[in-house]
Amino acid sequence: MTDIEAPGSAGTQLPPSDHEFTVRQRSQTRLVLRRFLRHRAAMVSLVVFVLILLWAFIGPHLWHYSYRKYTPDNSQPPSWKHPFGTDSSGYDAYAQVMRGTQTSLKIAILIALGSTFVGAVWGAVAGFYRGFVDAVMMRVADLVLTLPLFAIALVISSRSGGSWYWIAAVIAGLTWAYVSRVVRSTVLSLREKEFVEAAKALGASDARIIFRHLLPNSLGPIIVNATVLVATGILTETALSFVGFGVQPPDTSLGLLVSQAQTAVDTRPWLFYIPGAFIIAIALTINFIGDGLRDAFDPRQQRVRQ
Amino acid sequence: MLAYTVRRILVSIPVLIASTFIVFLVVVNAGDPVANFATSRQPPPSKAAVAAFARHIHANEPAVQRYWNWITGVLHGDWGPSVQPNLDIGHDLFTRFRVTVTLVASAMIIALVLAVIFGVFSALRQYSAADYTITFFGFLFLAMPVFWFAVLLKQAGIWFNEQTGSQFLGTIGEKSPYLPVDTTWNEFTDRIGHLVLPTITLALVSFASWTRYTRASMLEVMGSDYVRLARAKGLRRGTVMVRHALRTALIPLATVTALDVAIILGGAVITETIFQWHGMGEMLVQSASTVDVYRTMAWLLLSAVVVIGFNLVADLLYAVLDPRIRYD
Amino acid sequence: MTVIGKGEESGAVLEVEDLSVEFPTEDGIVRAVRGVGYRLDRGDSLGIVGESGSGKSVTALAVMGLLPATARVRGSVRFEGTELLGLSDARLSDLRGSGIAMIFQDPMTSLNPVYSVGYQIAETLRRHNPGLKSRQARERAVDLLGTVGIPSPERRVDSYPHELSGGMRQRVVIAIAMANDPDVIIADEPTTALDVTVQAQILDALETARAETGAALVLITHDLGVVAGHCDRVGVMYAGRMVETGSVEDIFYTPRMPYTLGLLGSLPRLDREEERLTPITGSPPSLLNLPPGCPFAPRCPMRRDVCDNTEPALRKAGHELHLSACHFADELAGTGAAEVFDAIGADSEALARFADTTAPTNAEEDTV
Repeated sequence: MTDIEAPGSAGTQLPPSDHEFTVRQRSQTRLVLRRFLRHRAAMVSLVVFVLILLWAFIGPHLWHYSYRKYTPDNSQPPSWKHPFGTDSSGYDAYAQVMRGTQTSLKIAILIALGSTFVGAVWGAVAGFYRGFVDAVMMRVADLVLTLPLFAIALVISSRSGGSWYWIAAVIAGLTWAYVSRVVRSTVLSLREKEFVEAAKALGASDARIIFRHLLPNSLGPIIVNATVLVATGILTETALSFVGFGVQPPDTSLGLLVSQAQTAVDTRPWLFYIPGAFIIAIALTINFIGDGLRDAFDPRQQRVRQ
Repeated sequence: MLAYTVRRILVSIPVLIASTFIVFLVVVNAGDPVANFATSRQPPPSKAAVAAFARHIHANEPAVQRYWNWITGVLHGDWGPSVQPNLDIGHDLFTRFRVTVTLVASAMIIALVLAVIFGVFSALRQYSAADYTITFFGFLFLAMPVFWFAVLLKQAGIWFNEQTGSQFLGTIGEKSPYLPVDTTWNEFTDRIGHLVLPTITLALVSFASWTRYTRASMLEVMGSDYVRLARAKGLRRGTVMVRHALRTALIPLATVTALDVAIILGGAVITETIFQWHGMGEMLVQSASTVDVYRTMAWLLLSAVVVIGFNLVADLLYAVLDPRIRYD
Repeated sequence: MTVIGKGEESGAVLEVEDLSVEFPTEDGIVRAVRGVGYRLDRGDSLGIVGESGSGKSVTALAVMGLLPATARVRGSVRFEGTELLGLSDARLSDLRGSGIAMIFQDPMTSLNPVYSVGYQIAETLRRHNPGLKSRQARERAVDLLGTVGIPSPERRVDSYPHELSGGMRQRVVIAIAMANDPDVIIADEPTTALDVTVQAQILDALETARAETGAALVLITHDLGVVAGHCDRVGVMYAGRMVETGSVEDIFYTPRMPYTLGLLGSLPRLDREEERLTPITGSPPSLLNLPPGCPFAPRCPMRRDVCDNTEPALRKAGHELHLSACHFADELAGTGAAEVFDAIGADSEALARFADTTAPTNAEEDTV
């Protein structure tokens, strides 16, 4: 039983198990983890990203200014009191950037989770059944892919009233098709493997094969794609908010903050550069993490040390 | 090949109809232009005026019927009524299309040429300092929000003009509203001057992703058996790189470029907004904020035709470049 | 260091001496080739046999100078007396294709999909004959296609690789290899990727190419049967080293290395009645951090303590030109092939018993 999948290195003794996946996952996960830990840029990025995440979600509870509270200080450059300065109406930019980062991250992560879930199930079902079901489902996905993401999101979210989950839902509703394509092609190759044959022979139901066998084994491409989608999500949301169709005041997002500061680049540069730097930092770290994961899941890309 | 082209165009039509129908339903339900009309005007319009407005924009008809009337109207050159009085959507669309085409085309050409140069260089010098630098900037540009970078560029342009005492780099609009000396040459340089910064903005993201793509594609081909055989035949490294590696590595780039057109059109919306061009971007933003159904649809239909057209061109190009692909 | 050869200094077209290749990787240094040497006389044919990963292909690529830049190559490779290692790529390019030609394993990927086969043959012709007109190159390409047995070559010359079968493509690769009358052809598993039915035809085409050009042949394979039919001498490689070298008769009838015995045991034979083949248990060692001692020891039925500590050198076993890298090569000497095969044919335990029983006796000098 345990011989079905054994990508682990020879000689590693694994505890006997009655379930094929526990064996595969344990050795596979360890291998992937080891390769990822060795990817220096990805590791540094992961640390930075987690720090930003903690800061954005825990920070507001510890900081003595709220993002919606006026302070008596107008247009102040960064100081100990206001680390990121204040804007012309006296809002504390530190509190605002914290809130903006939180909103933007919430939206981006929801986009990634939502479109990954829908896309993965969609792709797995299409790839598993093939034939007519596959043809119909993939034509639908192709149709979604022909829609220009930014334009449609802009048109639909004009009605959102700025609620963050609506914006996330709109963008996720347009990005899941990418995921479904990737997952489908992975599933198409997986369904020919012996362990799927074995599960079928044992009388497993279609749903069980899809959710217990096909999807867990497509986890590599799914995770890599989900990571990339966080970056796509944050860039799309901030662009929408910048043009005025995303998050609306009094709530704020990193895109909205940049938009509000665009006329003040010369007079109050801190208001413009800091939120921009946060968008870049988040998208950059996410892309590096995605790169590291891709290398970790795809050992064919062996790098030679200099 | 001709038969294939015709067949592909015929197949595109149902796709176009299906996708515009879905989009139409979405757009119709994306807002209430009649309510906008009734509340946003001073003095408030009379009930009769509101009813006449609703009739004018077909707001009370069933969506399916409206779609049918719209799509058949478009075939006859009637693009439907706008919420703005006296706006000919068809004329508006094609005037703006010409403006946007200049921007999108120059950005794509520049991005493509630079991406091939940097991508190939990066692949040939894999793991060198130059390769790492190019890769790092690729990552940086991919992470850079277009709008943020555009605002920065705009500032840089203003600074440049101040330093040189010239007006060469235009930061507002696609051309100067008024030229002191109105010659063809002046008009040309004025247009170019206005094109520089928006083109850089729009080209940046595509440049970054295409560079990475070219690099990966080159590396894969350079490791292939046929490149090794070409070397074993005694061909020099440079010959092999150009004739065998580059020639083959560039084929998939054609497809990627075509598929990215939709993304570039989205980027053009942001770029035009920041540089205040009177192009299709402005049109989309205006029509979305005024819930102008037919004007929005005109935009989306044209962009869908462009995207589908590019996909077709990419497929045909693929067949020309790769003898393995034959359509009949 | 160790050179297979016929003694005389002149006449060698290719001499490889103490060649070693290392690849630095993230996990450490992979020692792919460790001190390989051979000597090839004009018109000679040498078979190099071993499992995948034994360093056969890397040796060939090192000779061609086609290893990736990260590879560290040491030793000596002399072609007609000229040292190739350290030669500039431009000088090597002049030699590749005209002096030494190479045939790769997988014909499905060896040809560029976007150029016609005629173009790809003409390309090598014109590279080494600058004066050649394109029409002459094309005519010569048609001739070459005919020589390697491609039907209606004047039509096939304009075909693209994907329009040809695997066997036909490998014939094209052979045509490319023989195009400039090379002195050496290195064929790296030329038939492995092909259907069994096509293999013999490809080997015939290879023989034709040799006959036409008079080139010496290095035939790399894991198939001892191929070696028996097409080579004069054989080198058996294991874990990056030559472990036994000699004439075809030496290797097949008086092997002096348990690994060679194992290879022969897993070869189907028509001249014996047993139907069972004996696999070599286990798998080749990782070339990363190779432990001391004989690399074959963990799989060897004759293993003794010395095997775990000292790696045996390649030394004379039997006569002058039969070399073996086994501490107990002499114990295998003087025994007829039949006994050995029987022992192997039964199972490896029997071989171990056989080894034990022959251990105390003094090995006599072999006279084959």
